[in-house]
Amino acid sequence: MDALRRTPFYDLHLKLGAKMVGFAGFDMPVQYPLGVMQEHRHTRTKAGLFDVSHMGQVILRGATYAAAATALERLIPMDVHGLQPGRQRYGLFTNPQGGIQDDLMFANRGDHIFMVVNAACADADVKYLREMLEPDISIKHLQNRALLALQGPCAEAVLAEHHPAICDMKFMDVETLPLAGAECWISRSGYTGEDGFEISVPTAAANDLAQALLAHEDVEFIGLGARDSLRLEAGLCLYGHDIGPNTSPVEAGLSWAIQRARRTGGDRAGGFPGAERILGELSDGAPKKRVGLRPQGRAPMREGVLIFADEAGGAPIGSVTSGGFGPTVQGPVAMGYVPSELAKADTIVFGEVRGKRLPVEIVSLPFTAANFKR
Amino acid sequence: MKFTEEHEWLRIEDDLVVVGITEHASTQLGDIVFVELPDEGDTVSKDDEVVVIESVKAASDILAPLDGEITEINPALEDEPAKVNEDPLGAGWFFKIRHSDLSQMDDYMDEAAYNKLIS
Repeated sequence: MDALRRTPFYDLHLKLGAKMVGFAGFDMPVQYPLGVMQEHRHTRTKAGLFDVSHMGQVILRGATYAAAATALERLIPMDVHGLQPGRQRYGLFTNPQGGIQDDLMFANRGDHIFMVVNAACADADVKYLREMLEPDISIKHLQNRALLALQGPCAEAVLAEHHPAICDMKFMDVETLPLAGAECWISRSGYTGEDGFEISVPTAAANDLAQALLAHEDVEFIGLGARDSLRLEAGLCLYGHDIGPNTSPVEAGLSWAIQRARRTGGDRAGGFPGAERILGELSDGAPKKRVGLRPQGRAPMREGVLIFADEAGGAPIGSVTSGGFGPTVQGPVAMGYVPSELAKADTIVFGEVRGKRLPVEIVSLPFTAANFKR
Repeated sequence: MKFTEEHEWLRIEDDLVVVGITEHASTQLGDIVFVELPDEGDTVSKDDEVVVIESVKAASDILAPLDGEITEINPALEDEPAKVNEDPLGAGWFFKIRHSDLSQMDDYMDEAAYNKLIS
């Protein structure tokens, strides 16, 4: 096995007492001395700083933004042309079977597209982009920038101390601003359901920026453990668990991410991998659906727990794809797939934990209301 | 008090043994969110899985340290599993077992030996 890679904040994590684990090929902090529960609560009430430098940062550049947009629209079912300069969207690389190859954020940064992709998929994504789009489009996998996320109700006030223009940004806006003396690419977005920012910073200035943010009394570094419980409560998918090559965007409840222009009857309908299945499911529905699952008892239901329609007998109807304890909900929360006819709020199904079938209520997502500045 | 390699502590109270997990174990497990206890009256054998502890990270089992009958469980843990983190050697106890063979206690470590194990 290859040695684990380190982000520019590795020494800082150790200095702050982080417990490190291997994740997507990187040595990453899973928690700090505060612990998962308190880190989670801190992010929901103050501001949490996350090292997400393991994620892939990629630039797509054509002769114009429109040229790059035309190229990218061949690979994702999103309206890339219609994205205004200074705005960001959520996207999905689909495969020919209509499944999901990766999920990503992409931004119109004037003359080029900037995207952030999952760490575990980054190398494969870049290879795929090159195979499909070169030589017309240049693909640059950035190795000289770190990525930080500052999330929570105090994030705006903290970041505004470094640049007042932060306050003018709205949810999914992107902006280039100097922070800690370096050119940062900032988006008002995140993976927690809270208001917040994601900041691409040159590696050389990364530690200065992190230390400056951590110096604020409302900011704590937050590990992968709380990152997972925060995104789970926010109903956000984790690639490779809640979505993957065998789940379609419609099954995953991500139809909202496919804009009208790419749907049947739209200006640029179809023309992406798996369009036949995905457009078909958009009009006729999909056989199964991702739902929120709220176990009625206190026992967490983790990934892999089988879901049954009845308390006894019968074959499984689905399974949990992410699950655990929700510190804000103060109880167990999970997501999983069930047949579409059962995917209605208030339906009771059963999850099998250690041989016992325990009642689970199907609920609409998210578990905790989003707190975005629209 | 005696200690097992599974990081349980065992305290003899007359013909009963009170069982919990050590502070080291509770710290390693992280925030505990659910504890599944056996039923009072269950007869258990040494090394049976009798307790499941769910932390924010994962589920782990606790094994019965002795043969015997579960006479009492800690009712507070149902609503307040965090007591195991807050006071593992006191309010965070799991169950009491009426032992049938106290010589099984001889297999376990004293505090000095346990401290050496975790150091």
